[in-house]
Amino acid sequence: MNPLSPPYVRDDQRGYPHGSSDTTGEGRAWEVAAAVPDPEVPVLTIGDLGVLRGVVIDADGRVQVTVTPTYSGCPAMDAIRTDVVQALTDAGFANAVVHTVLSPAWTTDWMSDEGKRKLLAYGIAPPSRRTTTNGPVLVSLSVRCPQCGSGDTRELSRFGSTACKALWSCRACLEPFDHFKAI
Amino acid sequence: MTPLATYALRLGDDALILAHRLGEWIANAPQLEEDVALGNIGLDLLGQGRLLLTYAGEVEGAGRSEDDLAFLRGERDFVNLQVVERPNEDFGVTIARQLAFSTYQLAMYARLEHSTDATIAGVAAKAVKEVDYHRDHATQWVLRLGDGTDESRRRMQHGLERIWPYVEEMFVTDDLESALAADGVAVEVAGLRPEWDTYVDAVLAEATLERPTPSWTAEGGRSGVHTETFGYLIAEMQHLHRSHPGASW
Repeated sequence: MNPLSPPYVRDDQRGYPHGSSDTTGEGRAWEVAAAVPDPEVPVLTIGDLGVLRGVVIDADGRVQVTVTPTYSGCPAMDAIRTDVVQALTDAGFANAVVHTVLSPAWTTDWMSDEGKRKLLAYGIAPPSRRTTTNGPVLVSLSVRCPQCGSGDTRELSRFGSTACKALWSCRACLEPFDHFKAI
Repeated sequence: MTPLATYALRLGDDALILAHRLGEWIANAPQLEEDVALGNIGLDLLGQGRLLLTYAGEVEGAGRSEDDLAFLRGERDFVNLQVVERPNEDFGVTIARQLAFSTYQLAMYARLEHSTDATIAGVAAKAVKEVDYHRDHATQWVLRLGDGTDESRRRMQHGLERIWPYVEEMFVTDDLESALAADGVAVEVAGLRPEWDTYVDAVLAEATLERPTPSWTAEGGRSGVHTETFGYLIAEMQHLHRSHPGASW
């Protein structure tokens, strides 16, 4: 868990460090790694989530991948590491190594717009802009129902089926739904 | 162990042991949503604990892994605060423990985010957002139970009375912590008390609860002295690993 500082890091929402025109080396390795689905929210890839931080090929020709957890206790990390190595192996990149870094800490701002669109289509309300709580009074913002689009929704539980989601329901269509928490 | 390894172990043990306690609520909480909530809070803490124990083992340099430290140490080798090992008892006791500890942990991590030690800072920066959510969860329950029915208020007040003797220990700064704080690695917990008081007092006042004035205070967790209940906790936590040495998933 020693923090690495890989040179190929996606540092904003504009896109990947290598375009798809780079089909031979690190660019292709990035595309392969980025396409690995998240085990808990399989509609998203780890590229969509912003969990994939960097892909480099070292002097020995080995792919060095850097990922970051969404939550400290995210139980999907072990599966993600295994899946990334498998996907790269299948694509011809042998002996890939996956490192985990904590800094900078993941936030939902790392999720791509494409990822948010996929979540909505899947029936999970995507994260809204981040808010902070100061003091005992919580200011909650409305979350739009992913089924009918109504803003007349309420939070049923601040915790949901995975660490990254909360349980909501819609007063308009009466359906319950998951909301990807903004952190 | 070096001071840094011990410091990481302290923070890690707090998180690990409270994670285990919260896990005991799964399938026993007053409502299904609380099973999920307390389980998720425990999962966050377990993640923090794993990172910190791993780091403690790396810094120690004796080849001990997170599993070695979690499952193969004896009772007196754990350096967690006593408050985190206290039994769940009534839901009100658990919520009082959550309010006390998450408020403390949030204040600490908010400062450790700027630690000169890159790993401590990295763990804290991740954890601070999680613990903010934990504190909010505890706050909502204290308000709901304290300012609820006569019965819920009585039980929430009882929870506070049960936990408050263990509050003082959270804010004891010893030489090890002071030395690391001088290097910018650690934070002196003694200095967090005013912030903790301000937040907790505001919540208790809004919840119409009274702040307890305990007649005694606990001490010794950081030097491996624990309450009677702790031996039973680690016996359950460690038995699988000890029964099947070397087993892995």
